[in-house]
Amino acid sequence: MAGLIEQERYTCAIGALQTVVAIPRAVPILHSGPGCGVMIKGFFERAAGYAGGETAPCTNFSEKEVVFGGTDRLRNIIKNTYKVLDTDLQVVVTGCTAGIVGDDVASVTDEFLWEEDRPIVHVETSGFKSNNYVSHSAVVNAIIDQYVSRFEEENPARSEKNLVNVFASIPYQDQFWKGNLKEYKRLLEGLGLKVNILFGPHSRGVKEWQTIPKANFNVFISPWYGEPIVKNLERKYGQPYFQFGYLPIGANETTKFLNGVLEYAIEQGAGIDEIKARAFIAEEERAYYEELDNLATFLLEFRYGLPSYAHVLHDAGYVVGLTKFLLHETGVIPKEQFIVDNVPAKYQEKIAEEIRSVSDKREIPVYFDPDAGAMQDVIRGLDNKGRALILGSGWDKELAAEIGGDFLSIACPTPYRIVLTTNYVGYTGGLRVIEDIYNTALATYK
Amino acid sequence: MSKVNLNIPEVEIREIRLNSITGFQGTAKELVDACSACGGKMKDKNRSFSQCLGCGTSNAACTLTLIQDAAIISHGPVGCSTCLHEFAFTYRVNAYLRQLEHPTQRKIFSTNLEEKDTIYGGAKKLEAAIREVHKRAKPKAIFVITTCAAGIIGDDVESVTNAAQKELGIPVVAVFCEGFRSKMWTSGFDAGYHGIARKIIKPARQKRNIINVINFWGSDIFREWFAEFGYEPNYITPFATVDSLSYSSEAALTIQACSTLGSYLGAALEQGFGVPEIRNSPPYGIAQTDRWFRELGQILGKEKEVEEFLARKKAEYMPKIEALREKLKGKTAYVTAGASHGHSLLALLKELGMETQGAAIFHHDPKYDNEDERADTLSHTVADYGDVPNYNVCNKQEFELVNVLNRIRPDILLARHGGMTLWGAKLGIPSLLVGDEHFGMGYEGLVAYGERILETIENDEFVKNLAKHSVNPYTKWWLEQEPYTFLGK
Repeated sequence: MAGLIEQERYTCAIGALQTVVAIPRAVPILHSGPGCGVMIKGFFERAAGYAGGETAPCTNFSEKEVVFGGTDRLRNIIKNTYKVLDTDLQVVVTGCTAGIVGDDVASVTDEFLWEEDRPIVHVETSGFKSNNYVSHSAVVNAIIDQYVSRFEEENPARSEKNLVNVFASIPYQDQFWKGNLKEYKRLLEGLGLKVNILFGPHSRGVKEWQTIPKANFNVFISPWYGEPIVKNLERKYGQPYFQFGYLPIGANETTKFLNGVLEYAIEQGAGIDEIKARAFIAEEERAYYEELDNLATFLLEFRYGLPSYAHVLHDAGYVVGLTKFLLHETGVIPKEQFIVDNVPAKYQEKIAEEIRSVSDKREIPVYFDPDAGAMQDVIRGLDNKGRALILGSGWDKELAAEIGGDFLSIACPTPYRIVLTTNYVGYTGGLRVIEDIYNTALATYK
Repeated sequence: MSKVNLNIPEVEIREIRLNSITGFQGTAKELVDACSACGGKMKDKNRSFSQCLGCGTSNAACTLTLIQDAAIISHGPVGCSTCLHEFAFTYRVNAYLRQLEHPTQRKIFSTNLEEKDTIYGGAKKLEAAIREVHKRAKPKAIFVITTCAAGIIGDDVESVTNAAQKELGIPVVAVFCEGFRSKMWTSGFDAGYHGIARKIIKPARQKRNIINVINFWGSDIFREWFAEFGYEPNYITPFATVDSLSYSSEAALTIQACSTLGSYLGAALEQGFGVPEIRNSPPYGIAQTDRWFRELGQILGKEKEVEEFLARKKAEYMPKIEALREKLKGKTAYVTAGASHGHSLLALLKELGMETQGAAIFHHDPKYDNEDERADTLSHTVADYGDVPNYNVCNKQEFELVNVLNRIRPDILLARHGGMTLWGAKLGIPSLLVGDEHFGMGYEGLVAYGERILETIENDEFVKNLAKHSVNPYTKWWLEQEPYTFLGK
C-alpha cells in the first residue's frame, strides 16, 4: 500500500541535521518540536559528534509557539548558542511545527548574518517535506549557497586543476561513511588528485568547504541522492561532474571507478601523471588479489557450510555495489534484492538496468519499496535452496533467524553492530566485506 | 484525588493535571516546602537557551511497543517513529527476564505523512494503514500514536480509530501524544496508559492472586518477593499481552517501579476498576522499603508475614550494608535522573552513607494522581535523610549539567537516562548508569547498588584517560557562569 512504512530504514527530512554534525565543529540548531532531535539520535545511535545529539540547541516548540509563531524563541536560542557553544558554522534546520505554522526563519538568521557577520545558514527540513536521503542535498546546497558563496573571491571557480570535491556517502545514514570517505580520499589522492572530502575527521572543516568553488570537477558516487548538489555546483561554478552510480566495492568495481575518474580528470585538464596513477591502481589490485587468492581455498573447500546466496536490504548504492561484488568476488549468489531508500521513480529504471547487467547468465529480481516490513514478507515467501545470508539493518536479524540464515548488519538502524572507521568501499572495503561475511558464518560454529 | 475520566479521548498533560514543572534551582527541601506552601501550584520557569528534549510520542510508544501481541502505528512523517527500533531491541534482548523464549518481531509502522497530506489531511491514509496493519501483523490490538504534524493539521484520529475498531473487531486505540503539547516527555506515559485504560482494560471477572507491577523491563525480583505472600506479579506493560492487560482489573493491588511512570495508570486502575494502588513510593532505602512492604502487607492482609520477611531480609543484608557504608563513607555523588526514580536514588545513596552533592532531576510533579503524600518520593527522602543541596529541576539540559559537574566534581555521577554519563566521563568522573529499574530495590538492592558504586569509583582509569583527550564544545565563558544563568525567574 502506498505510503505505509513498516520498519523504517531512513528518517525524515530533519534527519539531515546529521549532515551538519559530520562537518567538524559545525552545529545544527533545531527550530522544531521537542523530540525531533532525540528521534534522530535514537535512529542513528552513537552519532552525537561534536555538537549534535543532546548538545544541539533546539527551540522545543510548545503550544505557545504553534499558536503565536516561534521566531522570537529562535532568535534567543541562536543568540545564546554563540555564548554557550564554540562552533565554526551554525545551520538552522526546521521541523514540521515550524514548517506548518510558517515561521520566517530566514529573517531571523539574516539578522545574525548581516548584523554580526555570523557563519549561519538556514534550511527547511520539515519532516513531511521529504526524507533524509533527499534533504541531505538541501542542507549541503544551503551551506554552499549561503556560506561557501561568501568566500568566492578568494576561491575562484575551477582555479585549481587537481582539486576535486567528493559527494558520496550520506553521513551516518551510510554507517560506514567515515571509513568510506577516508578510502575515497586515499584512492583519489593515489591518482594524483587533491580532495575536498568535506565530512569527517579527514576534512578540514569549514576551511575546506570554503574552497569548494576552486575544484576542477566533482566526483559524485551515488545512484540518485546528492544529485541536486552536483547540479547546483555545475550551474554555480561551471564544475562538471563524474558520476559512478553505486558503491565501488572490491577490485572489479574500484578499478573501474578509478579508471573512470582518471580518464575524466585527464579530459578536464588536471595535471596528472598517468603512468604513476595506473601503477597505483595496479599495486592496489595486486594487494587485493593476493588476499583473494589466499582465501579461495577456504571458500571452495570449507566443508561445514557457508552462505550460498544473499538478499541485500539497503539503499540503491549499496544494493547494486554489493550485488556485483558478491557474485563476482565472493561466489555468494545474489538472489532477490531489496532497495528500500524510496528511490524516486525517474531513477529506478537505470538502477534496475545496472542490476540486470551484473550477470548475463541469471536474472536477479529487484524490488523498490521503502516498506521494508513488506519486503521481509516477500523473503518469507521465497523458496531458495541453500544457506541464506541477509545483509540488512538491525530489523533483519530476526528475519534471518526465522529463515535459518546468517545475518550481517550493514544498514541503519544498527543496534547489533558498532561501526567506527571501517570502510566497505574500495579494495580494502571489499576485503572487509569478505571478512565480515565469513566471520559471521564462522561465529555460528560454537 | 484528581478525577480520572476514561470516557474522553485525551488525558490532560502533566503541566495542567499535576502542575508539574521543568525548572527549579535550590535545595531539595526548598522544593518540597515550596510545593506544600503553594498547595502544589508551582510556577514553572523557562530557559532562554535550550537543547533537544525528548517528546511524548516516544514515551507513549515506550508503554505500548513491548506489549507482546499489539501493533503500533505512528501517524506522522516517517521521522516521528524512527527511534522506536530501540524498543524492538530491548524487547528482544530482555525477553528472557520474563521467561519469554521466542520474542516475536515488534510491529512498528508509520503512516508516512507527506506534504500533500498536511494540506488535504491524513485521515484516509490512516484508515488504509490500520486495515493493512491488521491484515499484515494480525495484532490483538492496534495503537495509533499521534505526532506534531498530525495534531496541527487536525486529523480526527479518534473517529478514524473508533470506526476501525468497529470494522475490525479488535481494540484500535488513539493515543494523543503530540510533542509540542507538553514540555514533559513523561506526559507520553500518561497518554499511552490512558489509551490502555480506556480501551483495553475490562471489568474484572473475578479477583485473582496477582499484583499489577507498572514498570519498564527490569529484572524479575517481584516474582520472588510476591511468592512469599502467595501472589504473582502481573507486569504492565512491557511483555504483557493484550489479554493480561485486559484483566489487570482482577489484581489484588497495583504497585509501581517509579511513581513518575505509573502515577496515572495506578490511579486509573483504582478509580476505573477498583484495584487499590499502593500509596507509598517504591522501596529504595531501608526506611522506604519497610514502609512499602508494610503497606503491601496491610492491603493483602499479610502483616505478620511481611514482618517476618523484613526481619529475615534485615538479618541477611544488614551486615553487608554496614560493611558497604564503611567503605563508601564520605564519598560524594551527583544524580541525574527522572523524577521519583532520581529521588529514590538520592535516598539510596544517603542510606549507603554517601554525600549527595546535588541532582539534576528531569521534572517535578508536586503531587501524583492519587494526591497522597505517601507517594511523594522526594519528601520522604528529605524527611528520612535530610536535605540535598544543588537540587536542580532540569529537563536534560546538558549545558547546565556540564557546568554543574565541572564545579562540583563528585566522586561518582549516577545517571538514569542515556547521554548523561558521557559528560561525567569527559570530566574524568566515574559515571554509572544502571538500566534495570529494579536493581536498587529492597535490602538486596542496597547491597547490589553499593557494590556497583564501589566498583565504578575504583575503576576510574578509563574515564581519567578519556578526560585527557576528550573534546569539549562548551565555551570557557559558559563554564565560568552560574549554571542557571539562562533559567528565567
